[in-house]
Amino acid sequence: MKILVTVKEVAEVDDEFQISGLDIDEGSLEYDLNEWDDYAVEEAVQISEENDDVEVVTVTIGPERAEETVRMALAKGADRALRVWDDSLENAQFLDVESKADILAAVVEEEDPDFILSGVQAGDDANGATGVALADRIGFEWAAVVNALDLDIEAGVASVHRELEGGIEELTDVELPSVLTIQTGINEPRYASLRGIRQAQRKPLDVHTLDDLGLDDSVVESPVERTDMYEPESEGDATLWEGSAEETAGELATFLRDKGVVEG
Amino acid sequence: MTVLAITEHRRGEVRDVSYELVTAGRELADDLGTDLELAVIGGDVEGFAEDVNRDGVDTIYTVDEGEEFNHGVYTQAIEQLAAEIEPTALLMPNSVNGLDYAPSVAEQLDLPLVTDVIDFETNGNLEVTREQYGGKVETTYDIDADDYALTIRPAEWPKAEEAGDAAIEAFDADIDESALGTTVNGFEEVGGGDVDITEADVLVSIGRGIDEEENLPLVEELADTLGATLSSSRPIVDNGWLPKNRQVGQSGKVVTPDVYIAIGISGAVQHVAGMKGADTIVAINTDPNAPIYDIADYGIVDDLFDVVPELIEEFGGEAPDL
Repeated sequence: MKILVTVKEVAEVDDEFQISGLDIDEGSLEYDLNEWDDYAVEEAVQISEENDDVEVVTVTIGPERAEETVRMALAKGADRALRVWDDSLENAQFLDVESKADILAAVVEEEDPDFILSGVQAGDDANGATGVALADRIGFEWAAVVNALDLDIEAGVASVHRELEGGIEELTDVELPSVLTIQTGINEPRYASLRGIRQAQRKPLDVHTLDDLGLDDSVVESPVERTDMYEPESEGDATLWEGSAEETAGELATFLRDKGVVEG
Repeated sequence: MTVLAITEHRRGEVRDVSYELVTAGRELADDLGTDLELAVIGGDVEGFAEDVNRDGVDTIYTVDEGEEFNHGVYTQAIEQLAAEIEPTALLMPNSVNGLDYAPSVAEQLDLPLVTDVIDFETNGNLEVTREQYGGKVETTYDIDADDYALTIRPAEWPKAEEAGDAAIEAFDADIDESALGTTVNGFEEVGGGDVDITEADVLVSIGRGIDEEENLPLVEELADTLGATLSSSRPIVDNGWLPKNRQVGQSGKVVTPDVYIAIGISGAVQHVAGMKGADTIVAINTDPNAPIYDIADYGIVDDLFDVVPELIEEFGGEAPDL
């Protein structure tokens, strides 16, 4: 059985940041493995540990810088990795859901996985749509926002919990092949061990261009165009207590006493 | 040309986002000079149609298929309905279930999809606003297409309240049962247990800012000293540091205490959905730009590890050594 895990290197923004043009200035960004994808990788690796003959392959769409993140996934137990990138991706303003689904569908055609795990969303763009769009494109079944998974490989069924709003979970059986979008908290992602990090350096990490995947520039075209990015105006009118920690804690204490909610 | 909005229900109740979709959908329909039509799929469709028959809705299509949400039924029904009424805008909720069918419907109908929309404006094309980078920035997108699909963020538009007089029509969708690859077996309520944070008058709530599980005794001591109940944002529960019954937010509990003290919580939209109804909100967070300050009544822009021990001492407690 082959499990494909889609991973993304996401940008985290410093508290103080600058916007240049239509994106946040590079200097204000730090890159890391998308939090949701960390859980997806862990889930796949656990399946490979609990079953025989399971290969875990990660795929990312991203520049060379992203290889550091991809190596992390390899260090945590993925077997090999694919990275898709070329000049037309580099030059695109951004990739919409459809472009990502197109590219990942071409990877699926090449890799022929039985099962695909994706994060619910990426922390930066937060579209929350790529996994389900991909499933539709490749004719797989799917379930979005999965926070418990019991996979019966022999029966070809994934029994999942979908985390709905308000503390309700939906219990659903999903036929394989399928795409699941994985919610945080489904497991405890491991830290990469030193041994894992060493091994990861020797694991295959292949780079594909769009051309390699039988795609051309048109895949990045989109009717959706970003026109502006700005810091939202604070809607808040909070009273800020200022001073030393002792002073501000004193102000808060006075408030709580006046409010009558705390005795003493 | 019309605006079609897909309503949402669960376990016999229409969900609030459906009424918000009526408001957003009416706004868009007015901008475009078209009708607003709704679809109600599955469950007690006639009862639900009466519920969502609010002012501004022109037609409500009912699809009497199944009880609870199943994405296979939804995608087939919406695709067939869209083929018949040819909506220019397809609005869906940016809910957990909305995101389980909207991307597939958009693919099938070959519509550009923009998710989690918080505002829109028509100026020739449609321009939509959404948040990125965890709410630190807003971005606008121009959609250069005649037809498009959007998912609408819950609680962003007000609920439509006034009764309406829409035409209610049964739509006879032809659902291919053999194409349904998922089976919904039921529901489970999580987060039960000994503590009910929805009953608390004062909540001391912690987030990522607490850094390490080893630092929890500090806020536990604060809660004890104040006679308050301890709750948290999602990452604390994801890490297994507190049980699920302590989680405030969209996927946890909705709380309405007299005082909510948010400590080291940035105030992501999913969290705010669970606590914005608190009478008074106090935030302690080092980042003055954190979205929690948009809804806080009082704030202390400082390190929780400095402020919380002082606060404990103010009330005669003893801050633990960390």
